[in-house]
Amino acid sequence: MDLFSVIFYVFAVITLGAAGIVVFSRNIVHSAFALLFAFFGVAGIYVLLMADFLAITQLMIYVGGILVLLIFGVMLTQRQIAVDIKTGTIQTIPALIIVSALAGTLVGMFWVTVWRTSGIPPVEPTASKIGELLLTTYLLPFEVASVVLLVALIGAAMIARREKKA
Amino acid sequence: MTESTLLTLSVAILLLPLLGFTILIFFSKRLPRQGDWLETGFLFVALAISFVILFTKLTSYHDHVVQATFGWVDFGNVPGFGPMRLDLGIMVDNVAAIMLVVVCIVSGLVHLFSIGYMHGDVRYGRYFAYLGIFTFSMVGIVITNNFFMMYVFWELVGLSSYLLIGHWFERKSASDAAKKAFIVNRVGDIGMFTGIMILFAAFHTFTFDTIFESIKSGNIPLGSEAWLTAAGILIFCGAIGKSAQFPLHVWLPDAMEGPTPVSALIHAATMVAAGVYLVTRTFAMMTADALMFIAYIGAITAFISATIAIAQNDIKKVLAYSTVSQLGYMVMGLGVGAYTAGFFHLTTHAMFKAGLFLGSGSVIHAMHHALHHANDHHTDPQDIRNMGGLKSKMPITFYTFLMYTLAISGVPLTSGFLSKDEILAGTLAYGSLTGHTIIPIVGFLVAGLTAFYMFRLVILTFFGGHKDPHRLEAVHESPKTMTIPLIVFAVLSFFAFYSFNPIGASSGWFYGAVERPESVVPAATAAAGIQEFEEALHHSHTPAMILSILIAASGILLAFVVYYWNKISADAVAGALKPVHQFLLNKWYFDELYQATAVRGTDALAAAYRWFDNNIIDGFVNGTARWTLGVTQGTKDAWEEGNIGAIFYMVVAGAVSLYAGWLTTMQLMPLDATLASMVINGLIGLGVAGLAFFLFYVGVGGFDNKIVDGLVNFVAYLAGFLGIVTRRIQTGKVQTYLAFVLLGVMVFFLWFR
Amino acid sequence: MSPAEFLQWLKTPGLNHFLILSALLFSLGIYAILSRRNAIMVLMGIELILNAANINFIAFSRYSTGTLDGQIVAIFVIILAAAEVAIALAIVLNIYQTFNTVNVDEINQLKD
Repeated sequence: MDLFSVIFYVFAVITLGAAGIVVFSRNIVHSAFALLFAFFGVAGIYVLLMADFLAITQLMIYVGGILVLLIFGVMLTQRQIAVDIKTGTIQTIPALIIVSALAGTLVGMFWVTVWRTSGIPPVEPTASKIGELLLTTYLLPFEVASVVLLVALIGAAMIARREKKA
Repeated sequence: MTESTLLTLSVAILLLPLLGFTILIFFSKRLPRQGDWLETGFLFVALAISFVILFTKLTSYHDHVVQATFGWVDFGNVPGFGPMRLDLGIMVDNVAAIMLVVVCIVSGLVHLFSIGYMHGDVRYGRYFAYLGIFTFSMVGIVITNNFFMMYVFWELVGLSSYLLIGHWFERKSASDAAKKAFIVNRVGDIGMFTGIMILFAAFHTFTFDTIFESIKSGNIPLGSEAWLTAAGILIFCGAIGKSAQFPLHVWLPDAMEGPTPVSALIHAATMVAAGVYLVTRTFAMMTADALMFIAYIGAITAFISATIAIAQNDIKKVLAYSTVSQLGYMVMGLGVGAYTAGFFHLTTHAMFKAGLFLGSGSVIHAMHHALHHANDHHTDPQDIRNMGGLKSKMPITFYTFLMYTLAISGVPLTSGFLSKDEILAGTLAYGSLTGHTIIPIVGFLVAGLTAFYMFRLVILTFFGGHKDPHRLEAVHESPKTMTIPLIVFAVLSFFAFYSFNPIGASSGWFYGAVERPESVVPAATAAAGIQEFEEALHHSHTPAMILSILIAASGILLAFVVYYWNKISADAVAGALKPVHQFLLNKWYFDELYQATAVRGTDALAAAYRWFDNNIIDGFVNGTARWTLGVTQGTKDAWEEGNIGAIFYMVVAGAVSLYAGWLTTMQLMPLDATLASMVINGLIGLGVAGLAFFLFYVGVGGFDNKIVDGLVNFVAYLAGFLGIVTRRIQTGKVQTYLAFVLLGVMVFFLWFR
Repeated sequence: MSPAEFLQWLKTPGLNHFLILSALLFSLGIYAILSRRNAIMVLMGIELILNAANINFIAFSRYSTGTLDGQIVAIFVIILAAAEVAIALAIVLNIYQTFNTVNVDEINQLKD
């Protein structure tokens, strides 16, 4: 077993294990922190896939931004008593059945399908190429995405604003 | 010291005040004493460096211009213009090195003086920050080697003077004065900008040396000497604005609304000197006509403001007009070709005029405190009629003030005598060479007037008795931070710093260091050459000196006769010459004239534009809005009548007819269409579209009721049916829907596998 | 496939491994959405799903196309995820202020 596969399995286990904790833990704070490790594991997978820029982006945006936001959400919306931090589940059994079926379907499909793969390109840094692509081929989506982010920011501020009692 | 070290040091002088500004503008509130020690300290370091530069320049590189240039922006070959690139650079020649010292001395001592004078001011820290940016801009003007940076720093000086004059902007007069200074300067700057652009268009560079080289090699703007003269005069327009020359001198007396140290810094020694400095920088490219223009402007300015100064009663106003007059002197000196004398007078005048202003600041400070002490808030602390007898109470201020007055009056053994004498000799030489004898006559007349009104000021302020002995009791000498600068300036008003020969400046180091540059303009249009001028100067030197001493002495004597011994009643004379006195008191009615012409004219133009905006542009916009409203109203009426079919039909009809119009246009349009044919084809297309729409509109009748309504009703029925069917699987829980979606996805997977 | 072949398959990670990893991650996310009552937990599930999708994009970009297009799309996904989570949390906070709960099954009114 070479190093690549070792690392792959390590990160796969980290990712899936953490995701499992996220999903199955009854304590929402535990879930939030497990999510951190799940994101971290995914970043490791990105590195294995030679997406260095994306791995860094993953760490910065998901771990640094989105997760912090989520934890804020947790803190702001839980009642102050510790008991309530546990969150309930609904329809556990039907959900498990459906999800198992889905997982089976997906895995089976991935397994069966014969993918057309090209040769693995040599490893090289991607950041500059991504930058070039973003400013040439993908310039319009890039700009639109920036507008979307702006609109989202303004919208979030508008929605979350405490309305004045009339 | 190598050349690059010299340049680095000069850049350090440039950047130190800027550093002080940056720190103070942001952090002055957090620094002890609001950071005045920081800015003042920076200035004294800069002063020390400037001395080092001057010393090195005069010893190691006496006849050598140290400069460095680098390309800033290169636009390449611009179509319709040619190669365009902007070079920036700094240059230290003897003139610049001397000017650096002058600026740093005056600025540093003004900083020191301000610590006492501005004590307790509401915006103390900000005041020092502004002093810093002012010094920065001024140093920038001094060490630049091209018109581009010159213009940039020129405007920065304008900005910082605006900030400083308007420092007490709560007073309307102060904010008005700041605006006036800024706007009047702008008028001159437009001329300067145009002049620079003429040169840039002709030579594709801003650098002084390159431009002068090009002119020298016979390459002049548009091949015409008239354009060269025009460029020279236009650039001089900048100096007219900054150096407060006729007809743009009106801003400077008003600018006395700023704090008195600011008056000393800006309006005596540095900012107004910038204009003179500009003329010295561009002297080589001035044609004889341009120089004559400059000389006349200087003479007119000197005369007008000297006459006004006689009638003024505000101590700072007298000094302000005296400044304008002396600036006219310098400009006149440069104009007649007495290059060194003009610049020399700039240097000596900077010292004693800064001293005069600071001295007046000291007097005002003392008067202010005395009045405050007596709870008198109505008496004007700046009015010399309220002063008198201050000699015994403020000895240091008095003796230093007397020293400056002697200097400005041109009494022998002072620096002012040396420089003034040289200018007068220059005008005499010019008169004998060209026949413009009015210039030397004005020069001597103004010398007499200057001596007269300056001693009037001294006598009324310091001699005699005070109107109110109690108030005099409360007058005290100013603190050390204020008197030390006064003493320094007084010492610097002695002749020995400039030449060891008390009656001839030309043997001193200054004349050795600052030599008139060779004119580069074509010989036919050049003024009298250096040799020729020196020859004439040699003959006129002695008579000029004797005349100037006599005239100064008679001016001083007259002042004593009128104001000290009261042999002639000043009031009686004023009464006898009432129209003249009123005319002078009201400053030749320049402000009223400008109010009636320039300001009114601008207002009228603004009113016309406003009318155009309100009625024509707004009318168009509002008309469009009204039209849209009408159309929308029609649509809305149709909507409210429930005639959806009609609306739908109209939309489709509009789209189809527009498409038809578009197709027509595209068919008609040739590939190499000109703009005119595009417009015509577009109009044809629009016509086709309109026709198509009209046909649709005519044919609307039966189609609408049967087919369109039927279609709409069917769609409505189908939607209702589907709603009834799908309501059954709606549980109201999002997660259930998701489960259904997933089931659907899996079905698709298995279906298509 | 014999057990030996399966072991061999396990030993040499390739495109399929990444895809299956992402499929499992996706399923876990779906489970969180389906079964959790807390709206924030639902959001976390969505984030897992987006990560799973990103793994797919990048894996295909690496093994199949050989270009960076997949990575670019992944970047846009991340951007949209950031926007989405900001908006969603704002909505959640607003809901919390109105209903004093964030449990999705209790929120069944458009207004109170």
